[in-house]
Amino acid sequence: MESITNLTVHELVEKLKNNELTSEEITKAYIDRINEKEKDVDAFVTLTTDEALNESKKIDEERKENKELSEYAGIPIGIKDNLCTKGVKTTCSSKMLENFVSPYDATVVEKLNKEGIISLGKLNMDEFAMGSSTENSAIKITHNPWDLSRVPGGSSGGSAAAVAGNFVPWALGSDTGGSIREPAAFCGVVGLKPTYGLVSRYGLVAFASSLDQVGPITKDVKDSAMLLNIISGHDEKDSTSYDVEKKDYLQNLEKDLTGIKIGVPKEFFGEGINKEVKEQLEKAIETYKKLGATVEETSLDVAKASLAAYYIIACAEASSNLGRFDGIRYGYRAKDFNSLKELYVNSRTEGFGDEVKRRIILGTYVLSSGYYDAYYKKAQKVRTYVKNEFNKAFSKYDVLLTPVSPSTAFKIGEKCNNPLEMYLADICTVSINIASVPAISLPCGVDSNGMPVGMQLIGNRFEEEKILNVAYKFEQEIKFRENHKPTFKK
Amino acid sequence: MANNDYELIVGLEVHAELSTKTKIFCSCPTEFGAEPNTHICPVCMALPGALPVLNEKVVEYAVKAGLATNCEISKDSKNDRKNYFYPDLPKSYQISQFDKPLCNHGYIEIEDDFGNPKKIRILRIHIEEDAGKLNHNEFGSGSLVDLNRAGVPLIEIVSEPDLRSTGEVDRYLKKLKSILQYIEVSDCKMQEGSLRADVNVSVHKLTEPFGTRTEMKNMNSFKSISRAIEYEKERQIYELEHGNKIEQETLRWDDLEGRTFPMRNKEDSQDYRYFPEPDLVAIKLSDEYIENIRKELPEMPESRKERYMNKYGLSEKDSNSITSSKYLSDFFEKAGEISKNYKAVCNWLNSDVARILNEKELEPEDIPFTAEELAEMVTLIDKGTISSSIGKKVLDELFENPKAPSKIIEEKGWIQISDENAIKEVVLKVLSENEQSVKDFKAGKDRALGFLVGQAMKQTKGKANPKMLNEMFLEELKK
Repeated sequence: MESITNLTVHELVEKLKNNELTSEEITKAYIDRINEKEKDVDAFVTLTTDEALNESKKIDEERKENKELSEYAGIPIGIKDNLCTKGVKTTCSSKMLENFVSPYDATVVEKLNKEGIISLGKLNMDEFAMGSSTENSAIKITHNPWDLSRVPGGSSGGSAAAVAGNFVPWALGSDTGGSIREPAAFCGVVGLKPTYGLVSRYGLVAFASSLDQVGPITKDVKDSAMLLNIISGHDEKDSTSYDVEKKDYLQNLEKDLTGIKIGVPKEFFGEGINKEVKEQLEKAIETYKKLGATVEETSLDVAKASLAAYYIIACAEASSNLGRFDGIRYGYRAKDFNSLKELYVNSRTEGFGDEVKRRIILGTYVLSSGYYDAYYKKAQKVRTYVKNEFNKAFSKYDVLLTPVSPSTAFKIGEKCNNPLEMYLADICTVSINIASVPAISLPCGVDSNGMPVGMQLIGNRFEEEKILNVAYKFEQEIKFRENHKPTFKK
Repeated sequence: MANNDYELIVGLEVHAELSTKTKIFCSCPTEFGAEPNTHICPVCMALPGALPVLNEKVVEYAVKAGLATNCEISKDSKNDRKNYFYPDLPKSYQISQFDKPLCNHGYIEIEDDFGNPKKIRILRIHIEEDAGKLNHNEFGSGSLVDLNRAGVPLIEIVSEPDLRSTGEVDRYLKKLKSILQYIEVSDCKMQEGSLRADVNVSVHKLTEPFGTRTEMKNMNSFKSISRAIEYEKERQIYELEHGNKIEQETLRWDDLEGRTFPMRNKEDSQDYRYFPEPDLVAIKLSDEYIENIRKELPEMPESRKERYMNKYGLSEKDSNSITSSKYLSDFFEKAGEISKNYKAVCNWLNSDVARILNEKELEPEDIPFTAEELAEMVTLIDKGTISSSIGKKVLDELFENPKAPSKIIEEKGWIQISDENAIKEVVLKVLSENEQSVKDFKAGKDRALGFLVGQAMKQTKGKANPKMLNEMFLEELKK
């Protein structure tokens, strides 16, 4: 049933409304698709297909009885495995939490449940969201549906691969330095990192508290707007979530681009950016001109400073956030220990993977007395500087256009032995988290290998409707999904 | 002795548990004494994904404490993480305040050893969360973690090193405790650990700069604090006199052995890696908010003292002892209001009640009877239903088996004999049995009357109305 799983959520919603499809038919189609293709992709850590099927039948019954239901009731979804789900394992793709079951739902999961949206399972990721290829998962390696020998990006690689492979109609991911946008770009789907504070972090297992945001990974821009409508909003359980008026992100999509000013910061196109990526983006710029937008080259020299500040702030916060995984109350505990210190050391040595340990050590170092001012404090100053630079840019432009990643999806194993090179994959995305602004990643073409190239549109704080509009008009114009499909080539 | 050349320098970090209904970052109850791990939730047990939300009452209480100790209240404050691993600390960091505490630069006024007023400066007051508790496992090896206390709000009140004697330390702590009780931010129950102090001690010769200090952590009895400071002072002087240096270290006071033991020295002191808590937003307070709290501060001991002296005619000494405890002071006011005899209530509280509390090593909060019961007893004496000597027996009974004094005297048959005929009968009997005393009285020895009244009291087991006895004896003797 490829045809059902190829539909977007807004198309499914229409078909449910017109009784052309039932929730059971939709859910079954996805389960069949998973049964057929998941073995090649390995996007899921935990599947909950049986529960999903039961749930879909229940919702169909309720719909028959004319019960008042949300228009999304009965639509399946996939959830990144760092979002707490009551009764279903939340592993963060770590040995540390391999068997951890949360007794509560994350706020965003609660919101999905309230809509009657059905989870098909939990999606693979880099361990504790640390990585750009999902190769840091302690559970499995996820393959890119466009080319199974390549990575899906990360850390939300399972979410992006599952959406690209039509295993789920949409998915939730999380983005600390690019973890939604980069895998979305690598897998040819749409990913949105909302403004920091727009979506509740309660129940998102923290990596870097001041940077983490939950966001949608979807087949098209309209679906992202829909999912953002569902998950956004103030949460009294998250003090850093903003109490701003709730918007309808679907309203602004069709708006004409005449008068829209797009800035293209030249620093994002410099050294290290793949030639083919540049070419596709240059084509996108031409498309925007055709659509009536004003496109101008500008300067925003924040990428390098942001990357340095990012790895200091993110690691510092992570070193503290991951302290709770101590083998005492839950999670992995080493079998052999003779003292409290050994219990800690052995549990954490055996429970965490290399990349996680690397970042804990980095973070512990930069917070140490005597180094705090030189690293953490300075990084905070850089953060203020980056915010100011973005403010300046947004006084001139509605949105900024950049690549998402210097390259398209790379080969599995290609960068595993060089963490620094892996960190550079985040060069175009981390400044957005540092500045707390929103950005969307959407496909703008393919390279000579047929791999998708991503485009990033950055907006000012709480102006998601603008980047969604600018992304939507582009998507309508180039019709990427109609022209390109993942091949599952080996 | 060389000891006299040295001056003692003490600074205190006092932790007081705030008496908010719920914890500092979640809505679990703070109530003491519940079954282990029944007052916990994802936040205070640090489950993955859980986030703290600051309890506004905690800020309010801390600001109250700051205002009551003459602090400047910071309008721009924040929370920080203090990172260290210990099984009673579920997040592996304590949310505290590092460089921007809520309150700065206050003072508490006490008396020095010569009775002169002295200001003890307060460096800062900050808010933080308490850790859980480790219980030794009765059923096997190892320890069990109880997280009921994890996240109970604390304020830490840090004094400057302004204290110069154990007497000053004791008065400072008692004053601080009384202030916190008056403003109702902490019950300061030391046996429940809701008031604890880290004690920093050093000695120096007056002509020299301050010496190296040692710290004794988590002390929760005024008596132990005094003993520990005395011990540590002598130890440090002994070391210095023998040419040794004082190491900056954390010590543990052993109350049974009466000495300190080293816990850890400066080299293995922890690096707490403080940094701003990213899960919480800055604490911004308006002038209006602070002023509203200032306006609502309750009457403090000084002002009550004045009122007791002016309105109820209490002596300064009596007013001081009554106001030293808010509980006692409230008790006094209530019993006074009911009985309309403030002076009598004060006398009972400051003499017999105080003596019994002292004997039983109890705090005023532990008085087992109510202010209403004491008031009734005072009224029964005033009405002549019982004598004050029966009153003492009633008080003993109130401590042992508290119930309405009218009921006690009825059950015990302690009602005063005020019947004229009955009194006359006793008086005549005593007079006939003590002819010598009658003679003595008539010979001008007034003391004899007291003896006769005493004899009559003895015969009535203290129940005769002493006033009537007196009058009737005089009447009969003059015949």
